Amino acid sequence: MSLSESDFVAFWPAFWLTFRIASVTTLLLLIIGTPIALWLARTNSRWKGPIGAIVALPLVLPPTVLGFYLLMAMGPNGPIGQITMALGLGTLTFTFWGLVIASVFYSLPFVVQPIQNAIEALGERPSEIAATLRAGPWDSFFTITLPLARPGFITAAILGFAHTVGEFGVVLMVGGNIPGISRVISVQIYDHVEAMEYSQAHWLSGTMVIFSFVVLTMVYTFNRRRKASGGAYGL
Amino acid sequence: MAFNLRLDISYPEFTLDVDLVLPAHGITAIFGPSGSGKTSLLRAIAGLHKKTLYKKGQIQFHDQIWQSDTTFLPTYKRPIGYVFQDSSLFAHLTIQQNLDYGQKRIDNPLTPHERDHIIDLLDIAHLLARYPDKLSGGERQRVAIARALLLRPQLLLMDEPMASLDFARKSEILRFLERLKSTLKIPLLYVSHNVEEVTRLADHLIILDQGKVQQQGPIQEVMANHKILNSMSDEPFTLLFGTVMTARTEHNLTEVDLGDALIRMPHHEVKKHAEIRLHLYARDVSITLSRPKKTSVLNIFECQIETIETPTENGQCLIHLRLKDTRIQARVSAYSCAELTLQPGTKVYAQIKAVSIVQ
Repeated sequence: MSLSESDFVAFWPAFWLTFRIASVTTLLLLIIGTPIALWLARTNSRWKGPIGAIVALPLVLPPTVLGFYLLMAMGPNGPIGQITMALGLGTLTFTFWGLVIASVFYSLPFVVQPIQNAIEALGERPSEIAATLRAGPWDSFFTITLPLARPGFITAAILGFAHTVGEFGVVLMVGGNIPGISRVISVQIYDHVEAMEYSQAHWLSGTMVIFSFVVLTMVYTFNRRRKASGGAYGL
Repeated sequence: MAFNLRLDISYPEFTLDVDLVLPAHGITAIFGPSGSGKTSLLRAIAGLHKKTLYKKGQIQFHDQIWQSDTTFLPTYKRPIGYVFQDSSLFAHLTIQQNLDYGQKRIDNPLTPHERDHIIDLLDIAHLLARYPDKLSGGERQRVAIARALLLRPQLLLMDEPMASLDFARKSEILRFLERLKSTLKIPLLYVSHNVEEVTRLADHLIILDQGKVQQQGPIQEVMANHKILNSMSDEPFTLLFGTVMTARTEHNLTEVDLGDALIRMPHHEVKKHAEIRLHLYARDVSITLSRPKKTSVLNIFECQIETIETPTENGQCLIHLRLKDTRIQARVSAYSCAELTLQPGTKVYAQIKAVSIVQ
């Protein structure tokens, strides 16, 4: 089970692509997920249930199902495809940004739920206190809610990133298997196995196991330390 | 000088219908059983209720409309200071940063001199560099009170600020509030269901029940009504207001002028001419028909019986007495009541065995 230098060269584009997609996706998810989480944590609306369920759907749906619908939506006849074509961008399927959009849907619950939990645990009291101290809603969000719920945001970012790195089905459906564009690590592992190149598959898979283990260890130790230090407001 | 605060707010479960005339300074206690709407009233004044919670609302402070059918001034624009029941300090900020949080957001922040004065008043200067979790409950509430004062509020609201504190911490905060009271130039609305706190602090009393004002007025007036007083406490008592005549007599007694009588009690650390309040429990007052001679009781007053309540199950009668213009109550056994043929109008001598200073 030895690897040549050319194997490492062959691995590099997949690593780099995976990292880029996961980073951009995580950034977008924090921006999109925060207002959703804030709304879900604070609302008494009857839409809370259905919206929460939509956010959580990727947790239970087979990735191929999600990928299939996204492929249809981004295709030339789909609603997203029509918009991007009208804007002169062509279709997003089999492109980097198509993969990013698909990943945003796929990893949404992993970002929304930790943030939502953190904000729910804070309760409304800190915002009320801030309001009596003359802080408007935006002011109090950035100076009070965000710092107090920071562990939730960090967990969300780590989980969102890691989950995007691990995706396979959605990528294959929306992006296919194009080197440098959609051949992420998980797809490349699949390629190697198909081609019976088990030693390469071993190396890549092992890397993924170590990566996932390290990430989860980080999340759990971080959360336990927070609990042990007994932060206020029940965090 | 006084100002008006009118509230008329309907919630799905109950209605707050309150029309208050408050003194322009001093402490107004809002007293009532739990569920009477005390905290709701305070939160409504602060604008902390979600708009969806009430059907209609009207709040006016002086000539400012804070809430009406067409306007709703958000909390952060109301010139108030609010002290919450539990610790409300931001855990991620030091005490100094907690104090600065509101300071930075007002148009005319306090001068360093004014700020130091408040920090001294509440004795928190030594805590400034610490984080809230390193403070005791009493210290945290002192910081919260200072933080509210630093906002230069026009109205100070306190929602049972001592509810979560033990007895020692409570008396510590009470001392600071008393000190604050003498310097405060703005009205303070103080929610409480603790008679001790109310009788000690309040200048003005509002009794709330089921969202409606049952009684309001200067504490002397409201407390003169025994019915109200006894509904506030399990142990019937009278709140007396007096001036210290002699702080220490040659026999180590303190003499207090109640207006209608001079009362003597064991020496207390009070200053001459100080205005003080006394608790006189009905159980500490006994009755004789003739003036007792050769008795160890210091305070014996000639009174007239106003009314006698029907005896309770344990054979006790509550008797309301009139000492010139002062009303006091005595608790005697139903047996003695019958034996002495006590009736409304009977002239009796009230022997006061003990009286305690509340302030």
